[in-house]
Amino acid sequence: MKDFIIPDRDLGTPAVKSDVIVNLTIDGIPVSVPGGTSVMRAAAIAGVTVPKLCATDSLNAFGSCRICVVQIDGMRGTPASCTTPVFEGMNVHTQTDEVAQIRRGVMELYISDHPLDCLTCAANGDCELQDMAGAVGLREVRYEPGTNHFQRRTAEGPNPEYRPKDQSNPYFSFDPAKCIVCNRCVRACEEIQGTFALTIEGRGFDSRVSAGMSGDNFLSSDCVSCGACVQACPTATLIENKVFEIGTPERIVKTTCAYCGVGCSFDAHMRGEEVVKMVPSKDGKANHGHSCVKGRFAWGYATHQDRKLEPMVREKITDPWRIVSWDEALNFAADRLKKAQADFGRDSIGVITSSRCTNEETYLVQKLTRAVFGNNNTDTCARVCHSPTGYGLKTAFGTSAGTHDFDSIDETDLMLIIGCNPTDGHPVVGSRMRARLREGAGLIVLDPRRTDILETPHLGDSWHLPLRPGTNVAVVTSLAHVIVSEKLYDEEYIRTRCDWDEFLAYSEFLLDPRHSPEEVEKLSQVPADLIRQAARAYAAAPRASIFYGLGVTEHSQGSTTVMAIANLAMMTGNIGRPGTGVNPLRGQNNVQGSCDMGSFPHEYPGYRHVSDPETRALYERVWGVPLSDEPGLRIPNMFDEALNGRFKGLYCQGEDIVQSDPDTKHVTGALSSMDIVIVHDLFLNETANYAHVFLPGSSFLEKNGTFTNAERRINMVRKAMSPKNGYEDWEITQMLANTLGANWTYTHPSEIMDEIAMTTPSFSGVSFDLLDREGSVQWPCNEAAPLGTPLMHIDGFVRGKGKFIHTEYVATDERTGSRFPLLLTTGRILSQYNVGAQTRRTDNQVWHSEDVLEIHPSDAENRGIRSGDWVRVASRSGDTSLRAEITERVAPGVVYTTFHHPTTQANVVTTDNSDWATNCPEFKVTAVQVSPSNGPSDWQEEYQTHSDLSRRILPTAAE
Amino acid sequence: MQDKLIRMATQMADFFRSQPDEPPAQAVAAHINDSWSPQMRKDFLAQISAGAEADPIVRDAASFIRPPKVASES
Repeated sequence: MKDFIIPDRDLGTPAVKSDVIVNLTIDGIPVSVPGGTSVMRAAAIAGVTVPKLCATDSLNAFGSCRICVVQIDGMRGTPASCTTPVFEGMNVHTQTDEVAQIRRGVMELYISDHPLDCLTCAANGDCELQDMAGAVGLREVRYEPGTNHFQRRTAEGPNPEYRPKDQSNPYFSFDPAKCIVCNRCVRACEEIQGTFALTIEGRGFDSRVSAGMSGDNFLSSDCVSCGACVQACPTATLIENKVFEIGTPERIVKTTCAYCGVGCSFDAHMRGEEVVKMVPSKDGKANHGHSCVKGRFAWGYATHQDRKLEPMVREKITDPWRIVSWDEALNFAADRLKKAQADFGRDSIGVITSSRCTNEETYLVQKLTRAVFGNNNTDTCARVCHSPTGYGLKTAFGTSAGTHDFDSIDETDLMLIIGCNPTDGHPVVGSRMRARLREGAGLIVLDPRRTDILETPHLGDSWHLPLRPGTNVAVVTSLAHVIVSEKLYDEEYIRTRCDWDEFLAYSEFLLDPRHSPEEVEKLSQVPADLIRQAARAYAAAPRASIFYGLGVTEHSQGSTTVMAIANLAMMTGNIGRPGTGVNPLRGQNNVQGSCDMGSFPHEYPGYRHVSDPETRALYERVWGVPLSDEPGLRIPNMFDEALNGRFKGLYCQGEDIVQSDPDTKHVTGALSSMDIVIVHDLFLNETANYAHVFLPGSSFLEKNGTFTNAERRINMVRKAMSPKNGYEDWEITQMLANTLGANWTYTHPSEIMDEIAMTTPSFSGVSFDLLDREGSVQWPCNEAAPLGTPLMHIDGFVRGKGKFIHTEYVATDERTGSRFPLLLTTGRILSQYNVGAQTRRTDNQVWHSEDVLEIHPSDAENRGIRSGDWVRVASRSGDTSLRAEITERVAPGVVYTTFHHPTTQANVVTTDNSDWATNCPEFKVTAVQVSPSNGPSDWQEEYQTHSDLSRRILPTAAE
Repeated sequence: MQDKLIRMATQMADFFRSQPDEPPAQAVAAHINDSWSPQMRKDFLAQISAGAEADPIVRDAASFIRPPKVASES
């Protein structure tokens, strides 16, 4: 096991970028720093620690505590070192009699209003107030007991200044008695998270930290439980409940969050094999010390009682499960897989790789089907989320990935956000966007729903284009129409980076009146004037960036919209410089990696087609077996082929297709028709209800490997505890392969990465040693870019010239009519993740314990629906019931829900329509009717019964 | 199930018919060759040759589709 103890030194104030270098002397030590740096930071860089309380290098200097005062030659008085910038030739003294006396006086005042319960305090050993009392040499408190904030009772009776602990948040507590009003929490909430949930109420002695309005507690306030305030607090005022329960950690393991595609780096603070707290790493290149409620707090699922730790099998899916040995389970699985192939042919079985598992694990699962099953039937969750991104961006630019890193957000002048909800789905990116908006960047949001990013306090202009679901191509093409018709494009960029004749052909296509804002308004319901304003703003911004999500891809024209987005960026020259780019926000932690690792049925690792003889020969040589040159089945094709009676076996790792894939009845019908379904997961998920073999999986805390985030950043995942199920997931896949006669001999995931690097040009420089050294790298990482590639397409596109592709709007087959007059679109919420298998097994349930249907007041009134009522949502595919929430966030005619809860099964309603190029399902558009209902639908009750029956486990025989 | 393949091919035709650089039938066929399993291609070709109703581009695409190899050994 590799533990990293990096001294997490706090330099007091944030780094400053400047071309001017200033030289000064601190306590006789010469030091050179960028102009604008504080004296405090310069001192820290020189190796001198100035005492401080209200300063920390994640927040702007505030200058309130006066502990950090110093003396400077030629300057009067004792300035605060945190708010005093350096100047050339400055001579600083950090410790003089005068300074020492001031500091002791200030500390004495602080301590006079602070309980002296250090030995039993949860922050004992990790308290800056304690440290500073020591640092300044405080030896006595001369003040008599008087009015204070910390005593519950005084000699006169109950203390009117005392406020009890706020324990409303399930993960941390707020104890006002210990607060020194340093403002760090309030500033963290503003500057880092951007939520502004905290404030200081009152003045002087009455100053108190307060969440929300008076009468609110942390839970009822706007607080999103990101934990930035807890991290910033120098005392035990805001502290994790786990630290309170367990005590201080004894070691730190650096790892990567297993939730969304942001890929935050974390320090897992451990005591023994128990996690005490997860703290986002300051040196994490994707998150720079920030995180959301999921990554920081919602990891309790890894030890939840629902987790299954032993292999299980059953003859039929109606039987109860039998707990068996690993040998028996693997032999059972292997025998049935072999029998399926013997009876129904080599192509009758396949795999689904996990976008939650590591690159190394994913690589092995696709290798299993290609090298051991002898076919290319492998697919992954990206099929149902970002496969159009892969196809669209590869066609336009030459690579199947986003173009920029997240740091580029800091330099953008305008963000065009299409079909994604970053403050909920990718919260750390959302916070960085908010920070940039507060600095004056412009904002355009294309979304049927009014998302929270629009509610951010900011200085620039913002536009919301509330388009009708399914009309992305029309609206984005119309933006391009305006840019071309008003000649707002960047001719020089197009002439040098793209094909000018292709652009002229595309211009001609665009100038047709059918793409004009006025015509598109009729389809999309977005006012023509708004389309024009947005197009002009995007084209006018010196550095404009595009971020998009599943609201772009999960449509019948998902790939076309991705291409339309690429066109928009190319014609305005917004690719290849910091602050610009086309950036898909990927859903799951390793969905980028699972695509890179050859999870798709037509592509080997590195996106090389299976029919390419050179690549195939390479893998035949390395794997030592002949390989198929035919594309395999995609997930929806697997289901179709199962129902045709020709696809009989599936190994599904870390993916819950029954809940996450569209048209649930189609999926369950397909699974029920198979002879062998192997589910490899932490829990008996919904798919396991249709499985014959259950292989218990390991959590991200229990394994070594890598995840690749939405910026193509390869981050290390490190084992913090031993796998409770006995094996890391890559070992289990290897055991299954070897039971089928593969003879694999990997002993550590680093060996798998070495094989990936050896066979994949864009990964050729990647190794665990490099990642240990650099922290992370962004692919391509090879001889040309030994430390990776933060920005792509800088001097030209990977494919050569950027390609303008014509983007004709074609209406989806899914249309509203009299039976199904509303359009249902689906999305995510901050506190829950994907199918909820992880987050539902944590206290995140307090924020979102059930899926609700958002409906506009006019649609609700027409149907006699009030907020909180049970409603039935019916489509051509099926129906389900859930509670209604009446809101103007959605337009009339549009309803919205999430799919985090299996009891709702929102996907019973979605259809099997899909993207023309990739079969990515059209989750975002379903014609529905909504009507009042009394409770769960028949389907939900039947499903619950089936689910309860299929989760029975036979008691193990007594030894 | 059967008409689903035709429907998928028709969606491809809807995209490629507006592209200037390649005859749409060949583009549809190339996309199918790249992404459909041999069995799917076989079923599709069988439907077209049985006279299934289809967009002219889809029908023309059939002649450019790589015929699946004879059933693979199991």
